[in-house]
Amino acid sequence: MRMAQKIGVPILAIGLFVAFWEFLVWANGWPDYVMASPSDLPKAYARFWELFLVGSWQTLWRTVAGLGLAVIFGTLLGMIMGFSRIARDGLYPLLVGFNAVPKATLVPVLALLFIGQHNFNTVLMAFLISFFPIAVSVGIGLSTLEPEYRDILRSLGASKVTIFRKIALPKTLPEFFGALKVSVTLAFIGTNLVEIISPHGRGLGALFLSGQTNSNYPLMFAVLIALAVLGILLYYGVVALEKIFAGWAERLQG
Amino acid sequence: MDNLIDIKGVTHAYKTPNGPLPVLDDLNLTVPEGEFAAVVGPSGCGKSTLTRLVAGLMKPDRGEVWLHGELVKSPRKTVGMAFQNPVMLEWRTILQNVILPLEIVAPSMPSADRKARAMELLSLVGLEGFENKRPSELSGGMRQRASLCRAIVHKPDVLIMDEPFGALDAFTREDLWQTMHQLRANEPFTAVLITHDLRESVYLGDQVIVLSGRPATTQFVLDVGYPGEGLRQLDGLYTPQCAEMLATLRDQIRIAQGRQPGPAVH
Repeated sequence: MRMAQKIGVPILAIGLFVAFWEFLVWANGWPDYVMASPSDLPKAYARFWELFLVGSWQTLWRTVAGLGLAVIFGTLLGMIMGFSRIARDGLYPLLVGFNAVPKATLVPVLALLFIGQHNFNTVLMAFLISFFPIAVSVGIGLSTLEPEYRDILRSLGASKVTIFRKIALPKTLPEFFGALKVSVTLAFIGTNLVEIISPHGRGLGALFLSGQTNSNYPLMFAVLIALAVLGILLYYGVVALEKIFAGWAERLQG
Repeated sequence: MDNLIDIKGVTHAYKTPNGPLPVLDDLNLTVPEGEFAAVVGPSGCGKSTLTRLVAGLMKPDRGEVWLHGELVKSPRKTVGMAFQNPVMLEWRTILQNVILPLEIVAPSMPSADRKARAMELLSLVGLEGFENKRPSELSGGMRQRASLCRAIVHKPDVLIMDEPFGALDAFTREDLWQTMHQLRANEPFTAVLITHDLRESVYLGDQVIVLSGRPATTQFVLDVGYPGEGLRQLDGLYTPQCAEMLATLRDQIRIAQGRQPGPAVH
């Protein structure tokens, strides 16, 4: 019963949303170059399904690769900031400043730096845009560890590595996954940003761009929906990982 | 009997932006093996610093801390600690929490033996059947019981407790006092208890040490002559002997507070 509710309610919500969208287009009598309706989309998918498959795969793997880099780099940076006050004081303004730069401005910079390396540029952007939340939350998680937690093991003569492995690391996992949920969406945006802005791009972003160039509006909307579906898949992938590795942090509800 | 804990002339000051803040001043304290020392004093007088010194988590500016005839220079495996916060690792079950010190102190111990040892203590404190629960599923008193089990699971020479019952309601607190006596009857250990509760210090302690206001020094030591034979009974707290001891301690605390130059800083 609970399971049916868990799956049924979101599906119903999506169905209502699609119906409302269809109604809106129909009621206003919009032609498909103003706004495509859901009933226009199957045609677009049927016609370009091969491009959708290839594009989705390209967008997906580059997002995941960028996010993977962000996890490694962000965690390391977070550890450095979590354990050293000096590093924290030094790095924070730098990171905040970097994070504040609109990433769209970096696309031409990267394109010039690594000319023609489209895959590399895209992964790099996904990484650059998404490591910040991970670094900050790991850093905060480690630096706010209550001293008692450390003292239980330290009083037994445990090494720093042991304390990190047995206490600090698992205790930071809920914060880490919280950040990862933000980062996965950011990485996805980063990938698409490069795909859409840079010429001769690949992936779903490039498909969107070609829809725009060819004034194929149903195709553009079909890409948006595909992006949303991919984003949902990625997000729930992270949620599944969180359940496995930090499921203990979920409060029991009566 | 040997003195298990010997604190000689310990003086310590914390460095703060406003200059050094002296917390301990020529503090002396001895606890014979197997005895239970309860330490009381005005708030903010440096009692917690004392526990960290005995545990070897920090070194005093001057003076020496001896444990079992050895100078304490760094943390040692023969110490158990319990705090006001039970400090349960939420990602482990209660059993895994209790086993934790054994993983550090006795890495080669077979896991079946570890489990048996932990279960022995858990059933002694009445947590049998809860070993596979997560800490978040237990009440505060139960978590604190598990915390006490974890503090002594590796059979430490000395158990150091920093207000372990401070955050519990009065009934749970009295339950845990009795549990404490049962644990010591089961396997004797030396204990240092920091507390704000004078009744607790008299019910649990073999000696009660009153510290002066900050910087703290040993102001008064009371040898507890608890009425009655065998395991101490809570009723004993309401006898004239205990009333007299409590009155003495209360006077000493008042003196300790009077010596304090300003209001206590937390």
